[in-house]
Amino acid sequence: MSSRSMDSFVIRGAARADGTRTDVRVDGGVIVATGALVAVAGERTIDADGLLLLPGFVDLHTHLRQPGGEGAETVLTGSRAAAAGGFTTIHAMPNTTPAADGPGVVEQVAALGEEAGYVDVRPIGAVSKGREGKELAELVAMARSRARVRIFSDDGSCVADPLLMRRALEYARIVDGVIAQHAEEPRLTAGAQLHDGAVAADLGLKGWPAVAEEAIIARDALLAESTDSRLHVCHVSTAGSVEVLRWAKRRGIRITAEVTPHHLWLTDESARGYDARFKVNPPLRTAEDVAVLRAALADGTIDAVATDHAPHPAESKRSEWSAAAMGMVGLETAVLVVQAAMVETGLIDWPEVERAMSSRPAEIAGLVDAARPIAEGRPADLVLLDPTARRRFGVEHLAGRSTNSPYLGQDLPGRVVATFFRGTPTVLDGAVREPDQLGAAW
Amino acid sequence: MSEHLLSTKGFTRDSAVTLLDVAEDMADTQRRQVKKLPTLRGTTIVNLFFEDSTRTRISFEAAAKRLSADVITFSAKGSSVSKGESLQDTAQTLQAMGADGIVIRHSSSGAAHTLATSGWTRAGVVNAGDGTHEHPTQALLDAFTIRKRRHGDDSRGRDLAGVRVVIVGDILHSRVARSNLWLLTAMGASVHLVAPPTLLPSHTEGWPVTTGIDLDEAIDGGPDVVMMLRVQRERMTEAFFPTAKEYASLYGLSVARADRLPESSLVMHPGPMNRGLEIAGAVADSPRSTVLEQVQNGIGVRMAVLYDVLAGERSA
Amino acid sequence: MTLRSLLEADDVRRAITRMAHELVEHDPDAERLVLLGIPTRGAILAQRLAEQMTRIADREIPFGVLDVTLYRDDLAGQPTRPTRRTDVPVDLDGATVVLVDDVLYSGRTVRAALDALTAFGRPAVVRLAVLVDRGHRELPIRPDSVGRNLPSAKTERVRVTLVEVDGADAVTIEGGDA
Repeated sequence: MSSRSMDSFVIRGAARADGTRTDVRVDGGVIVATGALVAVAGERTIDADGLLLLPGFVDLHTHLRQPGGEGAETVLTGSRAAAAGGFTTIHAMPNTTPAADGPGVVEQVAALGEEAGYVDVRPIGAVSKGREGKELAELVAMARSRARVRIFSDDGSCVADPLLMRRALEYARIVDGVIAQHAEEPRLTAGAQLHDGAVAADLGLKGWPAVAEEAIIARDALLAESTDSRLHVCHVSTAGSVEVLRWAKRRGIRITAEVTPHHLWLTDESARGYDARFKVNPPLRTAEDVAVLRAALADGTIDAVATDHAPHPAESKRSEWSAAAMGMVGLETAVLVVQAAMVETGLIDWPEVERAMSSRPAEIAGLVDAARPIAEGRPADLVLLDPTARRRFGVEHLAGRSTNSPYLGQDLPGRVVATFFRGTPTVLDGAVREPDQLGAAW
Repeated sequence: MSEHLLSTKGFTRDSAVTLLDVAEDMADTQRRQVKKLPTLRGTTIVNLFFEDSTRTRISFEAAAKRLSADVITFSAKGSSVSKGESLQDTAQTLQAMGADGIVIRHSSSGAAHTLATSGWTRAGVVNAGDGTHEHPTQALLDAFTIRKRRHGDDSRGRDLAGVRVVIVGDILHSRVARSNLWLLTAMGASVHLVAPPTLLPSHTEGWPVTTGIDLDEAIDGGPDVVMMLRVQRERMTEAFFPTAKEYASLYGLSVARADRLPESSLVMHPGPMNRGLEIAGAVADSPRSTVLEQVQNGIGVRMAVLYDVLAGERSA
Repeated sequence: MTLRSLLEADDVRRAITRMAHELVEHDPDAERLVLLGIPTRGAILAQRLAEQMTRIADREIPFGVLDVTLYRDDLAGQPTRPTRRTDVPVDLDGATVVLVDDVLYSGRTVRAALDALTAFGRPAVVRLAVLVDRGHRELPIRPDSVGRNLPSAKTERVRVTLVEVDGADAVTIEGGDA
């Protein structure tokens, strides 16, 4: 798949996030010109009239399940789901089997990503060996491997031991890395099933207290401050966490945070029917939490949107609630849900969407090119959206291997019309292209 | 009238009174020379017990048999269920075997709901206790028992307006408490929950109840009914309370506490009791205790429930 | 839809009186005669008949209520019916039982009633009294005392109303002209 089409093409009449119209010429996978461009005879043209052109989205939090969980997703199928959602870069979480805790697995995942060719697959390395939370993993070896790992996380599990967390924060400084913490004090969430609120009380499900998340964020913020290290907080889900983040950022602590689309849109009320599609870690919280998270994303307290795309085979969800797996797929729906939750509510406009889904996560991940705005010389990682579209979201709109989406049957705004990864269309006319088409003419 | 019985949350005053009236009629039939009714002849009911509960299983079995249903008991122990067979596979097997009704007991909250709404089976589902969620037939028999004690043969058509009920103990893990608080309040009773703060859910604001942590204060309020919940001894190892002795002294219904209740107050317990822990033996055996009536009333109430769910036409 | 009045209040009263005489004459020596009405209107008719028969025979004729819902063979086809309270005031072993209902039609209710009776014991004789016999029997069941024979079409609906629950005594027939 190394011989990509180096055709040049022009995207005509697209609106940037700020509403200004532009043409964009791409050649050799790079943007070569923007503005009002003079047509070149015979040049391939994409009519983007009425469409929104944004830099390709960057996901800080994707579960690709390979190696070990290929029944739910592979690097290839997850890459397709990412392309369908307008992503051009995704970060693969290390909770695979075996865990991505050394150069071997991260290089394997990166190579599979390159082979798939839909998006830039950036592996995240485990913080601890086997993600067991006991001994530090080989952070530097992973960083200096061909996978060039910069983010480390035991996601799925919290680095609960404060000493290990402190060491990880310090040690990651060797490679200017960042520790992405899954903030969940495990002693407070043993057996927990649903946000510890009125719905959990009704349903008789063991409560998952907000403080289990907030206490770890507060602890880690203080550790990051005392070690002058970088901390990233995964999937912030509570109003209290936002308060802690605000405090930490005011103090100048080097802390960043992400929120998932589902925590911006869904609440624990969705669990009333015991439909396990709504079971997720951290759990869906209350309407008040949702409101605070939205405001925090709008004012920058929360830096980025990250999907926490977590595919599961159907049988893992088709069971009684407590036996069901936690997680939901989210790559295909991310920008649609952000449009619904943030743009249509008037909280932010498209420039802020661009920041939260593209430039800011790229900065956090240390991806200089992906953080750049649409301009000459930038790699042509681009997405064309039709924000006026509205449709009943269905299984047919999913492109990965699993269907555990909480949005099936819901009306969602927006549509990804085309995605370009380094100048190659991965999605055209709303359809994900097949692997054998990627290198071919189009 | 109902497709399934999963929870008491949907009951209205009238639907509850109607069902308890049917239970009265069912109880009456059990005084006839021939106790067996032909009502559910040809109907197959599966008692699907993923969790041991001899008392509840026997009560449902007796109720089904008195209505002439064919009863198949499917206990988790020693069956494929304990070997990791999923709820889905079990349900589909039962559907293939022609079960018309499934009485399910499961350790997971919502299991009955999942069974009823999954499409795996068309059977009518009766929740016989799901995790720490609900135990609707227990609440129905409790309401029946309270009404019977207050109104005797004149119970039909009556609700529980003005009855003040205190429920004491491990509210957090109690499916009995949850089912009772919805049902009793739907029938007009007021419900006050008393528990140590560790055993109350952190959010009860959605419940139509008041809560407290002081049993003596609740006793001195002169409630009409004091319902004691079973407390599991293993809660001590999870730091919910330090010792059985301390629990009994703070939240046990001792003889001294019971003596401070008005003459007419009832003492209830869903069983099985920990005598000397949540309830003193002498209180459990006193005339104000309804423990044995609760067991006895369970059969008529469960007959009414099975009749309600299974006798009429079922949507396909 | 038409609504025709078949029996007026006076007709109903006369029919009940005649039935009361008939039933007493039928079993003049029955020491243990008891009337059991099938809810709702059969139970009211049983009470009215028993009161008249008590006067005619000059001895107490007891009456009660026999709900047959749980013995029906046609429960599955329709929404679950609420049950009614049964009240059998005397021991039925060896008794002469008169079952009372408002309208006799297919006979299925009476079959259920006969089944229900056996749960209480073994009556010496069971008789059947109905205010209206509209025909169309589906089972070999024949009334011993009838207020009025009203041949009807199956598409019609015969309705008995009684003062105690409906405000007026009457028998009407609806429909059939579609």
